[in-house]
Amino acid sequence: MTDLSKTPEKTAQKTAEQATDQAGPAPFGTPAAITVTGVDRVFGKRKREVVALSAVDLTVAAGEFVSLIGPSGCGKSTLLRLVADLDQPSGGTIAVFDKSAEQARLDQDYGIAFQQAGLLPWRTVAANVELPLKLHGAGSAERKARVAELLDLVGLTDFAKSRPDQLSGGMQQRVAIARALAEQPRLLLMDEPFGALDEITRERLQAELVRICRETGAAVLFVTHSIPEAVFLSDRVVVMTPRPGRITDVVTVPETLRARTDATRDHADFLHTVAAVRAALHGGHEPAEDLA
Amino acid sequence: MLAALQRARSVLLGLLGLAVLAAVWDLYKAFGPDDGVRVGDRLLVLPRASDLAMPHTWEVVQRLGEPVTSLPGAGSTLGAVVDASLFTLAIATRGFVIGVVVGLVLALLMSRVRIVESALLPWIVLSQTVPLIALAPLVKRWGSEFDRLGYIWTNEQSVAVIAAYLAFFPVAVGALRGLKSAEATHLDLMRAYGLGWWRTLFTLRLPSSVPFLLPALRLGAASAVIGTVVAEVSIGLRGGIGRMIIEYAQSASSDPAKPWAPILGAVAVGLVAAGVVGLIGLLLRPYRTAEATR
Repeated sequence: MTDLSKTPEKTAQKTAEQATDQAGPAPFGTPAAITVTGVDRVFGKRKREVVALSAVDLTVAAGEFVSLIGPSGCGKSTLLRLVADLDQPSGGTIAVFDKSAEQARLDQDYGIAFQQAGLLPWRTVAANVELPLKLHGAGSAERKARVAELLDLVGLTDFAKSRPDQLSGGMQQRVAIARALAEQPRLLLMDEPFGALDEITRERLQAELVRICRETGAAVLFVTHSIPEAVFLSDRVVVMTPRPGRITDVVTVPETLRARTDATRDHADFLHTVAAVRAALHGGHEPAEDLA
Repeated sequence: MLAALQRARSVLLGLLGLAVLAAVWDLYKAFGPDDGVRVGDRLLVLPRASDLAMPHTWEVVQRLGEPVTSLPGAGSTLGAVVDASLFTLAIATRGFVIGVVVGLVLALLMSRVRIVESALLPWIVLSQTVPLIALAPLVKRWGSEFDRLGYIWTNEQSVAVIAAYLAFFPVAVGALRGLKSAEATHLDLMRAYGLGWWRTLFTLRLPSSVPFLLPALRLGAASAVIGTVVAEVSIGLRGGIGRMIIEYAQSASSDPAKPWAPILGAVAVGLVAAGVVGLIGLLLRPYRTAEATR
């Protein structure tokens, strides 16, 4: 824990670099949403040791959308769990808004969504969205207003009093996203949130996520299996490979694709970027940066 | 509307079941051999159908309306059985409450600390192999130690403790299973919300244990009733169904319908206990969604 005290300075420097590099929505001097430095994660002991992550460095600027993509076992979910402080790294440091991951979790600096919607089945849709607000002591009038706002945002106002099992998978996932946004986090952590949905629902929710991100200005760390999904949503796509899990490539999505409308999916650059990510995934040497 | 129809249907089916049982009884009595059916010389495989061993169902019902004994001023059998049933029900309730509290506390401890689980669970399972008859005098003897402290330990308390000894087991095992049943995603979410163990318990673990807890309570209630009836006999407590079964059995040769009266009483107590747990289930209905979806 002691070496964590050094990180804020480093982070500030990195953020400055990041902001100039990226020309993203973050103004100069805003702390990076996520700074991962030299992180390892080893499961098991001795002979059964499995290296899930090895020497991972990653910075996500405030307001930036970064996807982690890679085959199963490449440690992308592990990395997200480390950032969320649901798990601790074996080595290296993780800072979230210049704080330790644990402090950021306790301060509710991030909202989180998983592959399973994870709604509590005994609570209504509204009560599920309300849960984090209630747990952290928000007043009832404030909660009511915020829940109405959030359900409107994900288009489920009519289902406020329904129970989760009365909703389709896509609707449940929208409730989970509304819940993740409840406390207006500056960072969203999403672990394959659309992984279990059909293609049509998936594209609709992607569009909805783009709109929500624009409205809230939150940074997003997004784990996915789908290359088109990553390219469509992200500012940068981080490509990971397994055994040991590490980052092998970072593909920056070209400016021409940042409109993120339906037309984006048919844009020539979109297909090129998808090809670049695919090449990186397969360990090819296609120069991804040229496309950017 | 549909719900009302369904309820009426289940009540009718329940009554039909009773009618079928009575019909089977009387049909066997009408056509079964008086000496029963034996394999070889000794092994009795079907009961004797004599009037002594197997009174008609209507005789059993009729007997409930008659006085307990032929002595002048004797009360009705039904009244005596109802009194004894209420007495037993009161003790069984005490035993059930103690058993549920003990069972829940043990389950909480075991779900909280893994070492406690490995240390306690084998003993909890082992506890149920001790025969009640061996336990009764011990409980009575240990209870009497409280007398020295100025607290009067009654036989009723001994019986309640033995009922609790039976009732706590299914509750402890079921609640432990239930408390551990929370989904990994939900647990991650609670951690992400920065909740400690206690708040996670009330927000997540207890609600998600309900589908496991309700069947455990149902078993616990039945165990409490059985435990009370058996313990009344082995402790020698007067006033309840257990003792009444023994007493009335003595007049079986002269009055064969009489011993069945307290048995009906015991059945009634069991039904009331099951009904109470059913009501608890109704109160907890929102938390039972997982039962339906899984």
